[in-house]
Amino acid sequence: MEIFWEYAKAFLVGGLICAIGQVLIDYTKLTPARILVSFVVLGVVLGAVGVYQPLVEWAGGGASVPLTGWGNTIAQGTKDAIREKGLYGILSGGLGISAAGVAAAIFFGLAAGVVFKPKEK
Amino acid sequence: MENLTNQAYTEMVKKASPPSKSAKNIPMAFLFGGLICALGHFFIQMFKQAGLSDEIAFPAGSIALIFLAVLLTGLGVYDKLARHGGGGTLVPITGFANAIAAPALEFKSEGYVLGLGAKMFSVAGPVIVYGVASGIIYGVIIYLMGAY
Repeated sequence: MEIFWEYAKAFLVGGLICAIGQVLIDYTKLTPARILVSFVVLGVVLGAVGVYQPLVEWAGGGASVPLTGWGNTIAQGTKDAIREKGLYGILSGGLGISAAGVAAAIFFGLAAGVVFKPKEK
Repeated sequence: MENLTNQAYTEMVKKASPPSKSAKNIPMAFLFGGLICALGHFFIQMFKQAGLSDEIAFPAGSIALIFLAVLLTGLGVYDKLARHGGGGTLVPITGFANAIAAPALEFKSEGYVLGLGAKMFSVAGPVIVYGVASGIIYGVIIYLMGAY
């Protein structure tokens, strides 16, 4: 029962954040690229004001997987880095904490581009 | 009918047209997005059980999803899912991974440097630019305020 509730929370919160994305697709003229940019920036803002991290603790993957979760990670990483390294942390924090994910996306993307053939549309 | 005003006509069109696409799109986005996040949660839990700290288990969960999304993009499956999932396949980190892998494939024919290498970032680039920039602005603010 405990485990069901845990996954239900991840499903509900993640689904809700994605549904907001769909509302933006259907009711505004925002392109997918603009929506992704907005979600990351929104995540930084929500992380900065201290709203998003509690949501990650509550919903786990439901809050960390949407792109707002990356924004929050950037905010948390920046704050931690400033605490440890002072002024230098302002620059090193955001990408520093996301380094593995960004590197993975770049490397896997490159590998896929080399290995696979484009599909007929 | 001749005296039909623009406004009345709009009303009529609204009544005659089938229920808006959103009635289907939004629940589908909820479903796909929820499932992807639940899968991500599963990966995170597995990494935690394998003994990784939260600090590594969370990004590792995202990386597992990124790997899966890139693979499905290469196999031509992710685009098919995205046709149904809409925002549900765009907003999760898998959408970001797809935005990198899809142009990498598509523009390979234009060369490995300015084709594949550059076009990978046509969507991911702006996301990184504005994400990093907002983080720096936040950092400057809390640094100046001493609120860290």
